[in-house]
Amino acid sequence: MSGPSNAPRFKRTRHSVISRYSALALVRRALTGDRWQRAWRAADPKPSYDVIVIGGGGHGLATAYYLARNHGIHNVAVLERGYLGSGNVGRNTTLVRSNYLMDGNTQFFEHSLKLWEGLSHELNYNIMLSQRGQIVLAHGPSQLDVLARKGNIMRLNGIDAELLDRADVMRMLPFLDYSPSSRFPIYGGVLQRRAGTVRHDAVAWGYARAADRLGVDIIEQCEVTGFVRDGERITGVETTRGRISAGKTAISVAGHSSQVAALAGLRLPVESHLLQAFVSEPIKPFLDHVVSFGAELFYISQSDKGGLVFGGHIDGFNSYTQRGQFPKVQTVAECAVALIPSISRLRLLRHWAGIQDMTPDGSPFIGRTPLTNLYLNGGWCYQGFKATPAAGWCLAHTIAHDAEHPLNRHLALDRFEQSNGFDEYGLGLWTYKQ
Amino acid sequence: MLRISCPHCGERDYTEFRYGGDASKVRPAHDSTDVRAWIDHVFLFDNPKGPHREYWQHVLGCRQWLVLERDTATNTVGRSWLARESAGEAGHG
Repeated sequence: MSGPSNAPRFKRTRHSVISRYSALALVRRALTGDRWQRAWRAADPKPSYDVIVIGGGGHGLATAYYLARNHGIHNVAVLERGYLGSGNVGRNTTLVRSNYLMDGNTQFFEHSLKLWEGLSHELNYNIMLSQRGQIVLAHGPSQLDVLARKGNIMRLNGIDAELLDRADVMRMLPFLDYSPSSRFPIYGGVLQRRAGTVRHDAVAWGYARAADRLGVDIIEQCEVTGFVRDGERITGVETTRGRISAGKTAISVAGHSSQVAALAGLRLPVESHLLQAFVSEPIKPFLDHVVSFGAELFYISQSDKGGLVFGGHIDGFNSYTQRGQFPKVQTVAECAVALIPSISRLRLLRHWAGIQDMTPDGSPFIGRTPLTNLYLNGGWCYQGFKATPAAGWCLAHTIAHDAEHPLNRHLALDRFEQSNGFDEYGLGLWTYKQ
Repeated sequence: MLRISCPHCGERDYTEFRYGGDASKVRPAHDSTDVRAWIDHVFLFDNPKGPHREYWQHVLGCRQWLVLERDTATNTVGRSWLARESAGEAGHG
């Protein structure tokens, strides 16, 4: 795959007054009592930019960073309606992995994982990547066959994958339910050692700081209320802080993709649903990996603070409330106890919901739109977080070249009318509504 | 908990129902050969943040399909009626 090297090459712009983080800087501040500077400037909007990115989440900030870093486009603004990172980048279960089956996804998510692996160093910001490994469990021989096929596809693409039998899983995860009465007996699983977790807030802050250092204006409390058009060409945006002209404009707003696209007169193949995530009270180190249940959509890991972090499937009907429904709490708790009976008395500390822009085939969109100079990154369903670096990287490429990169060519917005739906799960269209 | 009023069975938890999608869409005529219209109907959604008219099936009750008015920004529910009562009207998708 062609692409720029991962070597950091920060260019100091006239805006940049922010120093690098280092052990030396830490010691110096400890001795002198100097205050830490803000991580990025509170920029006011300029009348015009080369590129405007709508949405100050992980994807939008990554897009701005890679526009400047990979393509030399520094005159960029990121417009965020609320405060930075207030959406899904801080509402996920922080998992990163690249165990995808279909050609296109396999390479895209591996590219993303490789970017994750170098990101703390590249951004000069500790994103706390923890490659603790993810184990996907099989509860029957045929399911183990399916996982073996997926693992083989990964290995053929140069991605690490190890097939585990029941004894391997018992050794690595001794606390699962292996009893003869277990409803879902464990036959084995597949392990990706390079998968793991990332501190999700640090992703937003790290990309914001690194983009700011490259001259990008990050403008919070600035809601886009309309687009400025010249026929079929988008030439800027109307915002709550006035009109801003833009050579090119990108939408990267996750759950509200339909609302922002509608301002440009576009309807999307998207319906917005809620996905809940949960954190238990903190306990001593217990769960060393990310574990995915094979009998239901359920995944669990343990945070550095000790809380068990887990999630399940979407609530089942469209909503923008960012509050989950209780029956899903019960379903997820049942999955947790079916898999790990010993946590049955743990109390739930917090739960919340993020808005997922669900698409017919479960795959996202990164690419051009029917309008000239308007680009879309959206429809991430519930897999947007792990894709953050690659989504930003690919969208930046698409904006800079007005053409999709080979990594995101399969994610075109018009794929349904071309009968090119990209159904990773092999389930058919709109299955989440059935 | 979202509660839905079934015209036959009264107010019940939403878990007794299956969500069926946007009920405001107009299906093209069966003999329509307008591909664009079919693509729009099958794949594109207004997906509003606010008032929404949608199908639900009372799978754990009378098994009838109904139409529900609900605000997607707040989950506040409004009127509901049997889907067959609006069958044949514009908007019955």
